[in-house]
Amino acid sequence: MNKENNLKGWLYLLPAILFLGFFMVYPLVDVFIYSFEEGYNSASQTFFGVGLYNYSYVLHDPYFLQALKNTFILVIITVPLSTIIALLISVGLNSITAVKKLYQTVYFLPYVTNTLAVGLVFMILFKKTAYTDGLANLVLAWFGRGPIDFIDGPYWAKMFVLCFYTIWVVMPFKVLILTSALASVNQDYYNAAKVDGTSSFRIFRKITLPMISPMIFYLVITGFIGAFKAYSDAVALFGTNLNAAEMNTIVGYVYDMLYGDSGGYPSYASAAAILLFAVVFTITLINLSISKKNVHY
Amino acid sequence: MANHFDKIERASRTRRKVVRTVTYVLLTFWALMVLFPYYWMLLTSVKSYSAYNAEYVPTFFTAAPTLENYVSAFSGVPLARYFLNSLIFTVVTTALMMAVIVPAAFAFARLEFKGKNLVFSLFLALMMIPNELVIITNFQTITNWGLRNSFAGLILPSVTSVFYIYLLRENFAQIPDELYSAAKVDGTTDFKYLTRVMMPICKPTIITIVILKVIECWNSYVWPRLITDDPAFFLVSNGIQEIRENGFGRENIPAMMAAVVVISVPLIILFLVFRNKVMAGVSRGGIKG
Repeated sequence: MNKENNLKGWLYLLPAILFLGFFMVYPLVDVFIYSFEEGYNSASQTFFGVGLYNYSYVLHDPYFLQALKNTFILVIITVPLSTIIALLISVGLNSITAVKKLYQTVYFLPYVTNTLAVGLVFMILFKKTAYTDGLANLVLAWFGRGPIDFIDGPYWAKMFVLCFYTIWVVMPFKVLILTSALASVNQDYYNAAKVDGTSSFRIFRKITLPMISPMIFYLVITGFIGAFKAYSDAVALFGTNLNAAEMNTIVGYVYDMLYGDSGGYPSYASAAAILLFAVVFTITLINLSISKKNVHY
Repeated sequence: MANHFDKIERASRTRRKVVRTVTYVLLTFWALMVLFPYYWMLLTSVKSYSAYNAEYVPTFFTAAPTLENYVSAFSGVPLARYFLNSLIFTVVTTALMMAVIVPAAFAFARLEFKGKNLVFSLFLALMMIPNELVIITNFQTITNWGLRNSFAGLILPSVTSVFYIYLLRENFAQIPDELYSAAKVDGTTDFKYLTRVMMPICKPTIITIVILKVIECWNSYVWPRLITDDPAFFLVSNGIQEIRENGFGRENIPAMMAAVVVISVPLIILFLVFRNKVMAGVSRGGIKG
């Protein structure tokens, strides 16, 4: 190891270090500074004092509380539901041979399509206008229900569409991970269980589930993190003015504070972003401690 | 006795058949759920404006498909411009990223220098930093540099990815040391060794990273929305949002759907061509969901 080698190593790293320094390390420090600067003004870049006022403002802002509520409902509904459906689909997919590859390809499609674009299609499927009740209401009418405006109507209807679309969007990733986890379970275990005459439900509960539990757990953690950061799905369905639609999420609140009609307050945005990550961090820690007891590695 | 066995076997065969049928029905149901929005967007995009608006009850097919919506999608809104912007953004960002991460991964995998392990640990720690925390300052930085509504402003913050450096480093590190020593004896420079030996060997991983980055770039919405308000710099996602909110001067849903089809098709083709690479790549490094 000589001087020339040292220099060369750092030279190869230099571009990466510069970019990361400017756009990750510095902003990470800066966001905390912003969050404590009171009365920060974007235009003049001045502030009055240092303290916790930004946090207190955000925590008392009805828009933030609405966003917090929406995000929690979204997380609590979509994370368990999408994981369970993905598990069912993967088990089914793993048990068939015909059209398996075709179905895998189809299930993966939403991953590669633009969320905003397909969101627009969902909006049209669910929207009720003067010209048409829309397709969702046509289906409801077959069961003698409706019509309901899912996009501009009651809160629970809007939340239903948001949850439905979110599950539709996150499913490809979960199905992909679980299918490959299931495929990698050693067949010997199944054969042994079959020789013993174990019922298939018991095999699933006693062999399959424990064997793939690390992957299920991985999906639950990434699912929680992803759902807490929900934003573009809501924009796709309800437009950019999410506060007016009562459908804002925490991340949406951060961006609205930063930019847009209500923007220009990076301090509030920073405080909200840090609050969000305090929540995500805590939940991830809780998840980790639960997994220690229930996951078999 | 034999009769009894027959009965049990027949019963279990029937049961298996029922389970199989139910499985296929459920899987097909989900496949239809996934495909339906795509079908609906294609279908609506070929219905004429007047036919679509005359349907109080939506119909599931059309007898008179038309391409007029595709014409108005390109003439009514600057769709070609959004498309081109996204193309430039995707190509330049991906190319720059490769130019940054390949040397970095090489340095971590092959070169020996002081402080390497420390820097590598710091890089790994950065993987845990969510984008939402740093985007606020990046917005201010780009604004202060006067780079709003410019390609530089769009591209610069997404040029590095610690995760891809890590993925590539792991792959580089699997190449046996003997190859490197042999190349050194032959007097090959490190740079030549990287481009002539390591990169070709690791081509599958490099292709995977490129595809994942292209998908990410094509679908990015949040950063472009913050940094551009001039439609001349809109990417497809922002273009779609703009079409939705200000549209074609009227509620022209068939034309919107034509625009949606146009911007969805490139990635779907990319996926169908590189199906295995995309799925393997996402299961190794996917972060969405």
